Amino acid sequence: MTVRVRVEQTPLPGIGVRHDLVTSSGRTVGVVSHRNGRRDLVLYDVDDPDACLASIPLTDDEAEALADVLGASLMLGQLAGLRQQAAGLLTEQIALPAGSPFVGRKLGDTRARTRTSASIVAVLRDREVIPSPGPPFVFEANDVVVAVGTRSGLDGITAILAGDTDG
Amino acid sequence: MHSTTVLLIEVGALLFALGMLGRLGRRFGLSPIPLYLLAGLAFGHGGLIPLSASEEFIEIGAEIGVILLLVMLGLEYSAGELVSNLRAAAPAGLIDALLNALPGAGFALLLGWEWQAALVLAGITWVSSSGVIAKVLGDLGRLGNRETPVILSVLVIEDLAMAFYLPLVTAVLAGVGLVGGVKALAVAVVTVVAVLVVAIRYGHTISRFISVQDPEALLLSVLGLTLFVAGVAAELKVSAAVGAFLVGIALSGPVAHHATQLLEPLRDLFAAVFFVFFGLSTNPADMPPVLVPAFGLAVLTMLTKVLTGYLAARRAGIALPGRLRAGLGLLPRGEFSVVIAGLAVASGVEPRLAPLATAYVLITVVSGPMLARLPDYPWFKNFIRRWTAVKRGPAQPLPAGD
Repeated sequence: MTVRVRVEQTPLPGIGVRHDLVTSSGRTVGVVSHRNGRRDLVLYDVDDPDACLASIPLTDDEAEALADVLGASLMLGQLAGLRQQAAGLLTEQIALPAGSPFVGRKLGDTRARTRTSASIVAVLRDREVIPSPGPPFVFEANDVVVAVGTRSGLDGITAILAGDTDG
Repeated sequence: MHSTTVLLIEVGALLFALGMLGRLGRRFGLSPIPLYLLAGLAFGHGGLIPLSASEEFIEIGAEIGVILLLVMLGLEYSAGELVSNLRAAAPAGLIDALLNALPGAGFALLLGWEWQAALVLAGITWVSSSGVIAKVLGDLGRLGNRETPVILSVLVIEDLAMAFYLPLVTAVLAGVGLVGGVKALAVAVVTVVAVLVVAIRYGHTISRFISVQDPEALLLSVLGLTLFVAGVAAELKVSAAVGAFLVGIALSGPVAHHATQLLEPLRDLFAAVFFVFFGLSTNPADMPPVLVPAFGLAVLTMLTKVLTGYLAARRAGIALPGRLRAGLGLLPRGEFSVVIAGLAVASGVEPRLAPLATAYVLITVVSGPMLARLPDYPWFKNFIRRWTAVKRGPAQPLPAGD
């Protein structure tokens, strides 16, 4: 995390409060939080930056789901940023090789953590992020595994997924 | 028939008719206020259907309606919000007062009315309807817009200014003269400042005194407190409405939140009765002669409101389209203008005031929300874009730099 983003807060007397931020791409997004608990996600117009182009009311569940999605992908980004920071702890994306014995098999079957002490923290599939997959998670072809561990641990996972060791 | 039976029939039929009207209005995106006023005109003195038994009931209902309108307004704001807003937007509020109250006063003097009536008309043209405008902003999806805080702070200052203006008008209309009016104003200033200080310092203690757990007890205690304070304020000649407004401000936190939910249906009921009552007390036969002056006044003060919004938004660094949205958004006059006119009607200061105010509010509250939509139309946006381009045009061939 290098640059902190400036979130501006504006009171809306009688209604609630608005938070907004300008992205590095020059767009402005904001959230209007009503006093009665309702919240609107607002996107601002490029031509007229004072006006919102769309105002999308979100229920509690929808807001939580959106925050979860953003939070999960953010966590992965931060994990990747952890690289070289913690002494000896690395994060790596490992593509499941085409001929891997684990395509169609469960994550638990790899026994990766027990054997290498490195952890599989997420799987990237079709541009989607599946955070913290459990042992019953089933691999598919073209999955990319995000793993955290020591150099030798990560090499171990690469080898296991490639089927270079005997399971 | 027993008079109570007639009262039930009349009030029942009236409320049912209002409900149908409100539904009809919603279909056309119209605020119910003008419809209620028209319904009031249709009933009662000189109207199509006279109301015999229920007039007294409606009068008391109207009084409660004003009190509920004001306490709900007070509940919407916290004392801290009012003070910080006053600091930030005082110049905008001043521009608003000068640009919109003075035309009303001047217009009344031009018609040859007394200065008391001029003071009343100044208030009627000054105050925009926060209820109607908040609804329009929500409907048009503009709550997130950057000019919206500007609009809201102008409305907040107007509402707060009413806490000083209403006691002044009440006193002046009671025939105490200008000196008595200033005295009432001084009392109001001291009271309002005291309430704000107490609400900021001890708001939580006051609110803790009233329990949130039991909705029934909460409703009764907040309603009772409001009516009591309003009554005491009226007795002290500081206007019942202001007393109610101050109760609303003094309550904060969860009490204010829950009280708002509980009082809302009551407010809707009694506010409707209030608007009908105001229409009732106007004889439709008095309307035609004041239509032209009312239209002129509406056009004049809608233009000054647009200018107000434009200037206030420019102060806040908003670009041209946003300034126009702010200006056109501030047009509707509504509940406060009717409250002010109602005070004048009760005192009998100028017979033409009530029909003029009715016509004026009808015109602004119907055309205001429609005009507020203007900036969203593509042709309007294109027009603004071309206009800014033309204005910028001659400025382009400036020295290209060295």
